[in-house]
Amino acid sequence: MTVDLLDRRLLFVTGKGGVGKSTAAAALALLSALKGRRTLACEVDAKGDLADFFETSRPRFAPHKVTSNLWLMAMDTEASLREYLHLQLRLPTVAPLGPLARAFDFVATAAPGVREILTVGKIGWEVRERHYDLVVVDAPATGHIVGQLTAPQAINDLVRVGQVREQTGWLADLLADRATTGLVVVTTPEEMPVNETIELVQRVRSETRIDVAAIVVNRVLPELFSGDDEAIFERLSEPALSDRLADAARGPVGPVLEAARLAVTLRRTRAGHLDHLRQSLDPSVPLLYVPYLFTRGHGLRTTGQVAEALSAELGF
Amino acid sequence: MTTQSLERLLAAKEIAIFCGAGGVGKTTTAAAAAAMAAVSLGGKVLVLTVDPARRLADALGMEELGNAEVRVPDSVMKGAGAEPRGELWAAMLDAKQSWDELVRRHAPNPATVKRILENPLYQNISGRFAQGNEYIAMERLYEIHRTGVYDLIVVDTPPTRHALDFLEAPDRMADFFSSRLLRWLTAPARSRILNLASRPFYQVADRILGSQFLQDIAEFFLLFQTMFEGFVERSQAVKRLVYGRRTAFVVVTALEATPLREAEFFMDALVKLGLHPGALVLNKVLPEYLLDQGATRVAERLRADGAALAAELGPDAGEPAAVTRVLREVGESFLNFGVVAKREAEQRAELAARPDIVLAVPFFETDIYDLAGLLRLGRVLWSGA
Repeated sequence: MTVDLLDRRLLFVTGKGGVGKSTAAAALALLSALKGRRTLACEVDAKGDLADFFETSRPRFAPHKVTSNLWLMAMDTEASLREYLHLQLRLPTVAPLGPLARAFDFVATAAPGVREILTVGKIGWEVRERHYDLVVVDAPATGHIVGQLTAPQAINDLVRVGQVREQTGWLADLLADRATTGLVVVTTPEEMPVNETIELVQRVRSETRIDVAAIVVNRVLPELFSGDDEAIFERLSEPALSDRLADAARGPVGPVLEAARLAVTLRRTRAGHLDHLRQSLDPSVPLLYVPYLFTRGHGLRTTGQVAEALSAELGF
Repeated sequence: MTTQSLERLLAAKEIAIFCGAGGVGKTTTAAAAAAMAAVSLGGKVLVLTVDPARRLADALGMEELGNAEVRVPDSVMKGAGAEPRGELWAAMLDAKQSWDELVRRHAPNPATVKRILENPLYQNISGRFAQGNEYIAMERLYEIHRTGVYDLIVVDTPPTRHALDFLEAPDRMADFFSSRLLRWLTAPARSRILNLASRPFYQVADRILGSQFLQDIAEFFLLFQTMFEGFVERSQAVKRLVYGRRTAFVVVTALEATPLREAEFFMDALVKLGLHPGALVLNKVLPEYLLDQGATRVAERLRADGAALAAELGPDAGEPAAVTRVLREVGESFLNFGVVAKREAEQRAELAARPDIVLAVPFFETDIYDLAGLLRLGRVLWSGA
């Protein structure tokens, strides 16, 4: 039984660099908010990218409201530690954290997984406390995501007693519950992103208990010609007709036909990679296609267009 | 405009570090530049890559690319139509193996080596987590460079969360090993407890993490301390090499918002560090003809007056309704790609002022899957199109 993507309560969105991971995360969050769900979009890499996609101010650790039902925050492991200490040990939030922060920085460098656990822990806590209907995480890229998702387990292996140990149990369960948590992998129909997606899905299956909820295939080029239309295009490209077309259109047609040929070739090459992706994945994992958007840049308008495409793919 | 070229830059340097955001074709570009250098400049050229696509390893004629350097066979070079003047070598960074080798080299005795390799924290640092890879990549570069075997080493940097990570890695490593906290952690337990200033931290840390874990950390550092001097000295030497005159930086980017921002940030950071961005490679750039004004007007006519144009072409072209449809599609497609091409041109103009060498690599219609393909890309890089 598959769980509808937006019915889950926690989505990690990952993907190879440059495929539009943040765009997809922003679009999923926007779509969820538009459907009336209280949604938190959380940026983990602290680059401030998500703000551009919503055309809002740079996110901080404390969420700010972007639009109706939509909040945005940026992960900050030090703030997360502060909050954790405040909640768990009842340390006053205003206590001088200077030395502690330095010490934390040091331990985090020495003991990998500490930063990750503070990130996943904060996100998991927001989900568990039901502060939002859905939390969408603009997660680290494919190379780092497994480390992030396995952090509770890694900490469990390293730390055998203490409060952290007690905390990692519920967190690991929350991540493993497929009705609650899902991983969304964003890719483009190109060779490297497709291969990385296939490898990632295999690693997630073997190394984590998290469910791959969907693959978003971004920048799918439109089919230019259907049926016999391509034969017409080929005829138009021959000198006899292209000269006549140039006369009729009063200008150079060469570049225009060349561009169409480039579009057809790109589409073909990409279709091959897409087939490879489909064949390599478990058919139960839904593939959501987002068309290549010929836009000037990115911003709320583009995010809305991607959200619309995803909405159609999800059958809304 | 510029008399510089990537060919001249690489001919003058011993190390070329290719950097940029993930997904911009950095690995392929680095391999293509190395292949081209081996073919046309001669000498021994090594491409040190981090995570090549299966096909890239295949393209170089290596089924299993490993930590050890392997020579790309002459037969593969000849098969790609190249008469190389030099030798092309390739190696892949295996972070775990490289860390282990580093420990073996610096630990005072075999017993310490064994204990470090078995420490759970060490295993985590070297294996499971990606952090630390930046340092080990630079460290391995230093080690290879020191052997003096290669005339040119082309380095493909690991995907980092931050473009600067690998530049800062040697300093971070040195800071880490000379920190006061490390000395405190590795001090004998009795004096540690007496150290009042550190008590609150220890209490909090103990409650959160448990003392077993703290002991693991302490043991790890005690063991690592035996390598301390070698390590700090080493990371300084690594830094001198990376920051030195014999090293060139080649920034690779695609003309899209996120990688561009990272590339700009990185070039600014290089300048701040007193380093010079040697070259900027703009990858997957759309063809310039998309900007042609005459062609744009034609495309607009095809889209708007498809039916009239189809009528003028007559029955030779095909059934009028279908021809109209094709003309509209062709016009529409040109205008669509034109929007993106205009954005790219704008971004190129903004970037052009920065480094001496700016190269635009066109959108290759098919993927690169063999050495011939790498060389085709390499020739574009050389010609400075």
